[in-house]
Amino acid sequence: MSKYINLSYRDALKSAIREALKNDERVFLMGEDVGHYGGAFAVSKGLLQEFGPERIMDVPLSESGFTGSGIGAALAGMKPIVEVMTVNFSLLAMDQIINNAATLLHMSGGQLNVPVVIRMGCGIGRQLAAQHSHSWEPFYAHVPGLIVLSVGTHEDARGMLLSALESPDPVILFEYTSMLNLEKEIPEDAGAVDIRQAKVLKQGKDLSLITYGTGVYKCLEAADILAGEGMDVEVIDLRVLRPMDEETFLTSITKTHRALVVEDAWRSVSISSEVAARIMEKAFYELDAPVERLCGVEVPIPYPKHLEDASVPQVYDIVEKVTKMLRP
Amino acid sequence: MKKTASNKPKISAEEGKRLLHQMLLIRRFEEKSAEEYTKSKIRGFLHLYVGEEAVAVGVTQSLKEEDYILSTYREHGHALARGMDPGEIMAEMFGKLEGCSMGRGGSMHLFDSKINFFGGNAIVCGHLPMAVGMALASKKQGKKNVTCCFFGEGAAAEGEFHESMNLAALWNVPVLFLCENNLYAMGTALKYTHSEQKLEKKGPAYGIETGSVNGMDLMAVMEASQKAVDYIRKTGKPYFLVCYTYRFRAHSMFDAELYREKAEVEKWKKEDPIPKFSEYLLKEKMISAEEIQEIEGKVEREIEKAIEFAENGTWEDVKDLTRFVYTESQRS
Repeated sequence: MSKYINLSYRDALKSAIREALKNDERVFLMGEDVGHYGGAFAVSKGLLQEFGPERIMDVPLSESGFTGSGIGAALAGMKPIVEVMTVNFSLLAMDQIINNAATLLHMSGGQLNVPVVIRMGCGIGRQLAAQHSHSWEPFYAHVPGLIVLSVGTHEDARGMLLSALESPDPVILFEYTSMLNLEKEIPEDAGAVDIRQAKVLKQGKDLSLITYGTGVYKCLEAADILAGEGMDVEVIDLRVLRPMDEETFLTSITKTHRALVVEDAWRSVSISSEVAARIMEKAFYELDAPVERLCGVEVPIPYPKHLEDASVPQVYDIVEKVTKMLRP
Repeated sequence: MKKTASNKPKISAEEGKRLLHQMLLIRRFEEKSAEEYTKSKIRGFLHLYVGEEAVAVGVTQSLKEEDYILSTYREHGHALARGMDPGEIMAEMFGKLEGCSMGRGGSMHLFDSKINFFGGNAIVCGHLPMAVGMALASKKQGKKNVTCCFFGEGAAAEGEFHESMNLAALWNVPVLFLCENNLYAMGTALKYTHSEQKLEKKGPAYGIETGSVNGMDLMAVMEASQKAVDYIRKTGKPYFLVCYTYRFRAHSMFDAELYREKAEVEKWKKEDPIPKFSEYLLKEKMISAEEIQEIEGKVEREIEKAIEFAENGTWEDVKDLTRFVYTESQRS
């Protein structure tokens, strides 16, 4: 039995970066304020002092320029970790990510690999208003050629980066800034994790709660409350948003026959749309009720706390929705 | 470096013939490509390099095998000058499996990692940040190679140009920013797109060593690019070289050329780098008229062979459509 340690989401991310830098000389971290400032969210605090400016590179505010440089360095044999401070700024680098990172392998007929890892802080819930509160996983998950991972748990915060660096193809890592201070117990020897499959985090037989990102802990909390009411729901963390692992949730539905998909992203053309479509295509006759969704309300995220809270699914929304589905 | 007569590249008759052959190969290859386009053998966008040959040929002379090259969507000339097989390029444009990018890219996406040729990049200026990153990798790895990045003057209006110049200078990385200023960004003239039309003024603003040269003069391009590459190898720092050139043909095969006068094109044709260089070789008695004819004949046969190779190529099986989205050994 391995020992468990208490770790914040931030420290889990940081220990993964440290381990990667120690393990492989080709790895370096580049991003805005990652060095002298210590990282906008203090994820890389102290790493400049430990590894020096060649490995921890502060970059100017030029998202396209430095993300593209990361892609170029990856083409030429390095293993860059590019930190885009927040997903909001990543649109300035989207040309590089989509037109270059995602296409070079294909355009070159399989000649060129782009083993870059791009980390983005993201999420809603810190009263940062419309330009700094985004759940844009669906944008990136739309693009063939990218591997899109959502870091919804502390074990994944500790392990996904390490696995991503082993990938010969470009990986986008979504990290959730609202979870940075949250502490959880994880095995002391936690490390690299699978990055191909979704994960059943709680077994249940009445309904499948399918989610990712900040939805994961919310759904687990809702599942606890529902258990107290005698409702036994299964919680699935999608984790890999592209290429999407559908087997895990399709298998779950053959057991529960009901599904609710939960996400912060805007409802239209979202991850939940995709999940619902695949269930309809591949498990239609397993369903005892229509697939339901709880998503972000389609509004630029407002500043006031009560309006922001109302913009994305909360634990009580999940509890209420599941109760209605199971006890109409 | 001081400009003196002794710095001029002294070429041998042999080299002169080789250089003329390269320029002619590009010229005739492009003419043939236009012909194949009208026969619908080549589809999509086709951007021809006719008129600009001295730049690709001149610059590549200063590069070594281990140097990296990134180019634009008007890259047939660079690929040929670098030594890419004409048959593989033609097959690529025919969309055949035998193409340099297995037919997946077409005219705008020629790749050949064997000769360090990294595209064939068709988002204007999108490859400049990558070039900086490749040069950064070389620096980190302690390699001595140079990354040469070709782009047009249209790219110099993009934000990525300025970001890349800043990053390259900030990080001191060995990259040659090679601007082919052919005066038109697609159909919009330089004067309508740049507040400062002397593009070479943009380099010093970033503390980057900069030069400019008549891109219609092969020997001048060779000299200027050798100087630039020598500087980069010596210092590890970036260099910005602007080559003033002109494309004789339309932007692409869809272009009706409404934006420039025929007289202007004719005027520039008098600067055609190929006759100019041929005359130079003749004058210096490094070549005879018969030898020029022999080179023409050789080029013709090479192009015939390329067409034959492309014609005989195979169409990829549709069942393989989704190949090369992810690395095959990793994901099925």
